[in-house]
Amino acid sequence: MSQQSAPTAGDQGQNQPEMVSENFRERPIRVLIAKPGLDGHDRGAKVVTRGLRDAGMEVIYTGLHQTPEMIVEAALQEDVDAIGLSILSGAHNVLFPRIMKLLKENQMEDVLVFAGGIIPPEEEPQIRALGIGAVFGPGTTIEDTANFIRQNVRPDAGLASGETSGGSETWVDAGDKGQ
Amino acid sequence: MTTSQIDPALLDLARRGLTGERRAIARLITFVENRSPAAPALMHELTPHTGRAHVIGITGAPGSGKSTLTNELIKEYRRQDKTVGVVAVDPTSTLTGGAVLGDRIRMLENYQDAGVFIRSMATRGQLGGLAAMTNDVVRVLDACGKDIIIVETVGVGQDEVDVAKAAHTTILVEVPGMGDDIQAIKAGVLEIADLLVINKADREGVEKLDLYLKAMLNLAPRKPWRVPILKTIAAQGAGIPELTRKIDEHLAFLKSSGEYEKRERARLRDELLSRVREEISRRILRRELQAGGLAELVNQLENRQLDLNEAALQLLAQTRL
Ligand code: B12
Ligand SMILES: Nc1nc2c(ncn2[C@@H]2O[C@H](COP(=O)(O)OP(=O)(O)OP(=O)(O)O)[C@@H](O)[C@H]2O)c(=O)[nH]1
Ligand SMILES: [Mg+2]
Repeated sequence: MSQQSAPTAGDQGQNQPEMVSENFRERPIRVLIAKPGLDGHDRGAKVVTRGLRDAGMEVIYTGLHQTPEMIVEAALQEDVDAIGLSILSGAHNVLFPRIMKLLKENQMEDVLVFAGGIIPPEEEPQIRALGIGAVFGPGTTIEDTANFIRQNVRPDAGLASGETSGGSETWVDAGDKGQ
Repeated sequence: MTTSQIDPALLDLARRGLTGERRAIARLITFVENRSPAAPALMHELTPHTGRAHVIGITGAPGSGKSTLTNELIKEYRRQDKTVGVVAVDPTSTLTGGAVLGDRIRMLENYQDAGVFIRSMATRGQLGGLAAMTNDVVRVLDACGKDIIIVETVGVGQDEVDVAKAAHTTILVEVPGMGDDIQAIKAGVLEIADLLVINKADREGVEKLDLYLKAMLNLAPRKPWRVPILKTIAAQGAGIPELTRKIDEHLAFLKSSGEYEKRERARLRDELLSRVREEISRRILRRELQAGGLAELVNQLENRQLDLNEAALQLLAQTRL
């Protein structure tokens, strides 16, 4: 996380009164699935959206024909942990750099970015050099994608550890359900 | 808690949010939505700045056009130079804990407008049509200067009426041609509506639905505010200025009749009690982690040595709240 950006949701408030502390164990990872450009192939993006939902994530899908500006603004307002870009049009070499640049301008380098769709294997290295963590082509499983996200999102994203708030001082899951 | 005790980074975050900085607002919402340990300090900073926004709730059956209508309302309010915040709630899957948050897809036109802030939320197990922390997220947007805050509920069936407690003005969206006799409108939802909107008025059956709704309204006890029925074609932006006019009228009515304060007080009381309820559960369970004892009480319940009331009183006594 860059210095300019806001403190993360895992930071502890100082002199924190006892009220309403809860661990983040239950916090789902938030992902934006976006289709940049004029690409009209949306089956893959929909499959991934549903799949990640079934993997326990909160997935925001914004539909076809998104400009880089729209994608970054949605990611900013939704404060997502990760952005998955789906592209089958071949325009990734134009669109991905613009998206990454905008993320940087908004101090959002801590957001995990990954991609899927039709991207020639020989172009993968240059895509990764932009800061895009992985490329998932046809035939990749949701499980692989979900595992990749869980392993690479920023540490406060609510993974299974629950270590962000200390031990027995935390809310227990059943607290919610008992109501 | 005094301001000087708060972590400076958090204080800075709150201050940047109060000036309307979008990334800070987004972060503040995340803290609140996740009940972060930092959330109480942040709400302490933000609360003095709340109470200015007009909160509008939009509810109705799945697919009735709530998001499309919200998008049109955003545009109309922007024409009127008001800033707009949106909280759009979608259901969490009870099986997987995941959710597809799809309301935003209808509101993309406003992405370049710094006067609009849209946030999607999942219910995360909360019944009632909203997420548990919806009210606090509304407070964040209110404090951060949004004039109008629109809360879109999940597509409701019948009992999801929490929105009426979250909003000053509640709009129920209905659509024609769904077979009026088996209308999804159940009395409970109809009762909470301050305005009825027949959306998709380009479809057949508008007059029939109109008559039906009027009949339903006539069955309800007379109240000083007469619930109007409006017709919109959200997909074409038709009927929207009339709708915002009625929404304004409703707010004026609330204020002139004293109903505004009454509702506000009722809501705060309600929220206070439910926050205390949560906190009591939390403390009981925390004590349970440290000292145990719950299992023993359950044993005694199981053996019929105690009845439920006795066991509950003992548990409360043990917890020393
Ligand atoms: C179906 C299809 C169409 C349908 C699309 C329907 C729709 N609504 O999606 C239609 C007929 C409309 C169509 C049109 C065109 N198509 Co077409 N189409 C295909 C086809 C046969 C299958 C795509 C598909 O749906 N696969 C099923 C889904 C589930 O798989 P997927 O999209 O690959 O997604 C998987 C992975 O890639 C990955 N994934 C995808 N996105 C993401 C995102 C993330 C974040 C992650 C993690 C993973 C991920 O996970 C998914 C599940 O495993 C492919 C060929 C192929 N075999 O891929 C060509 C193909 C994509 N089309 C192609 C072309 C050229 C076109 C047209 C330009 C043809 C024309 N001249 O008119 C038009 C353009 C339309 C437009 N506006 O963009 C080319 C693209 C070439 C390129 N990129 O260099 C392809 C590769 C065919 C080819 N070999 O030439 N097409
Ligand atoms: N014919 C017609 N279609 C409309 C109108 N308003 C919305 N729709 C369409 O109805 C569908 C559902 O609209 P949404 O705005 O997503 O409905 P919603 O109530 O938000 O749906 P959920 O959030 O899923 O419950 C979309 O395809 C809209 O384009 C209208 O006035 N007329
Ligand atoms: Mg909707």
